[in-house]
Amino acid sequence: MNDEQTFADTIAKDQRVEPRDWMPEAYRRTMIRQVAQHAHSEIIGMQPEGEWITRAPSLRRKAILLAKVQDEAGHGLYLYSAAETLGADRGDLTRRLIEGRQKYSSIFNYPTLSFADVGVIGWLVDGAAICNQVPLCRSSYGPYGRAMIRICKEESFHQRQGYELLMTMMGGTPAQREMVQDAVDRWWWPSLMMFGPPDDQSPNSAQSMAWKIKRHSNDELRQRFVDMSVPQAEALGVTLPDPELSWNAERGHYDFGTPDWDELKRVISGDGPCNAQRIAHRRKADEDGAWVREAAAAHAARKAGTRS
Amino acid sequence: MSFDDAYEALTDHADDSRWAYGTGFADPLAGVDTAVPDGADRAELAAYCLMLGDDALIMSHRLQQWVTRLPELEDELAIANIALDLLGQARLLFARAAEVEGAGRDEDAYAFLRAEGEFRNVRLTERADADFAHLVARLLAFATWRLALLDRLTASADPVLAAVAAKGVKEVTYHRDYAAQWVVRLGDGTGLSHERMQAATDAVTPLLAELFVPHETELRLVRAGVAVDPAATREEFDDVWARVLAAATLRPFPPAASAGEAPAEAGPEAGPAGGLEAGADGGLDGGLGAGPARGLDGGLGAGPAGGLGAGLGAGLGAGLGAGADAGAGGRHGVHTAAMAEILAELQGVARSVPGGVW
Repeated sequence: MNDEQTFADTIAKDQRVEPRDWMPEAYRRTMIRQVAQHAHSEIIGMQPEGEWITRAPSLRRKAILLAKVQDEAGHGLYLYSAAETLGADRGDLTRRLIEGRQKYSSIFNYPTLSFADVGVIGWLVDGAAICNQVPLCRSSYGPYGRAMIRICKEESFHQRQGYELLMTMMGGTPAQREMVQDAVDRWWWPSLMMFGPPDDQSPNSAQSMAWKIKRHSNDELRQRFVDMSVPQAEALGVTLPDPELSWNAERGHYDFGTPDWDELKRVISGDGPCNAQRIAHRRKADEDGAWVREAAAAHAARKAGTRS
Repeated sequence: MSFDDAYEALTDHADDSRWAYGTGFADPLAGVDTAVPDGADRAELAAYCLMLGDDALIMSHRLQQWVTRLPELEDELAIANIALDLLGQARLLFARAAEVEGAGRDEDAYAFLRAEGEFRNVRLTERADADFAHLVARLLAFATWRLALLDRLTASADPVLAAVAAKGVKEVTYHRDYAAQWVVRLGDGTGLSHERMQAATDAVTPLLAELFVPHETELRLVRAGVAVDPAATREEFDDVWARVLAAATLRPFPPAASAGEAPAEAGPEAGPAGGLEAGADGGLDGGLGAGPARGLDGGLGAGPAGGLGAGLGAGLGAGLGAGADAGAGGRHGVHTAAMAEILAELQGVARSVPGGVW
């Protein structure tokens, strides 16, 4: 069998492609893009919640949130490492991010306006991420699939923590219940957009499904997310801001309204509420840290020189 | 897949505790003997727990402010980890204070409802870091001091303090090692990093004297076998500080402080060559990580560094003596202007929702 046949065979048998295996250049490029964008999303995703660590209103919530944001840094680190197995370089990927040449999840371009947002991000945003990511545990690219297994475990932990915060707040004062409802109103539609454009407008999907680096279509996953979230919203005592939301017994699914796809396009193309702020923050951290990284490299080189 | 079940389990409330970090218990001191030792005043023991708890809480707050701003992802993980450790120490100490005080306050009442003058943290913890060099200089100073304190506190007559200290020693040993590694890398890195690291350790020096001045409450609890006299940590602190800075090719204290004192001038000439080589090369890698005090003895170069450390320690002491203003520090509730900003951020949300449950 030649390389191409071996690769096709591996995919057909649902086995993993490993770093040293031959793979088509387009597959490699697509994987680097997918893994890097996921890594960027973890790192940019630290910001909206990270803003609330110092302001968390109880020490227990502070510890939970700090641990969560630390997990996100850890996920970013794993994922950049997975991208490096494909020949990418972490520093180069970071430059692509801060120069706007690679994307991250558009959800993080929305602002966090109250502490209830921390809970809603856990419940809805991490929930949507889980729906997206669980199938990726079976990604045909080995290092990515294995990284996703651990990441999904931690994500479901975060989701549960977020939901538990909301439950607690809903049992609190009327002002707290209003905070929760307000946060749900603001995050529901952006969460639905996390699954990407509708299937008939998703250009890369067909090839990714064929390569088994994507397993379900955007619309399938979105439906699944809605079906899971509605009973949870009821248990919580909040309403979801969609008048068209209703159970369809015939389909066995909830019907729901159409997200504002123009808004998604605007946010993806850089015109969301916080795009500039998120990138500026990441760029500043990178620039402020340059002298530190240079010093560490100089010190390591000097020590290596002394020892040889 | 099994994760789908985790998702669906969201509306199953049977066991919330396993889902939220640090919440798998109702009583954080469960399993520890909580009797108040003979000869210790309850109010003073509570006050002492708050002193050590406030140090950890405020230092943790400053570290939390660095999250998403660090030079590398590895440092994001490390600093968040250190901040979490210190937050955990604060919570245990507040739990002990609450129990001993018996006034119905809890950890959140201490953190969010006290006024600035009621906080007892040393002022070193309040300082905002101008850059990463300031962060690691301040962390090295704080962790070195706290490790020396906690190491001695493991012998406390108060069983809770002894247990909290035993846990803390393991954590803070790592904090000190992390900070020391960075001080050495930056001091012995590029010309620019050397300059910044030197400016940072110089800036921290005036804040050190306060660490070794005991409060009267501490002294009374020392006599009851409960507390550690911070003055007793001075020698270890000076030794570690001098050794790390020597390995980092840094002056251990600002030139101004050395003006009248011979040891200060003698230090860098006495044995930097031997001391630095040993330190920079073999020393810190294996040394600081091993454990409090003992690790250093084994790790950093023996003869020259020891002599250097002693010499610089004496100079450091002389330099610090002038700046020490006992009786007007954080242990007495007297803080720097930075403290008001910290408390506004720390307490703002909690205070804005009266009766809120989180």
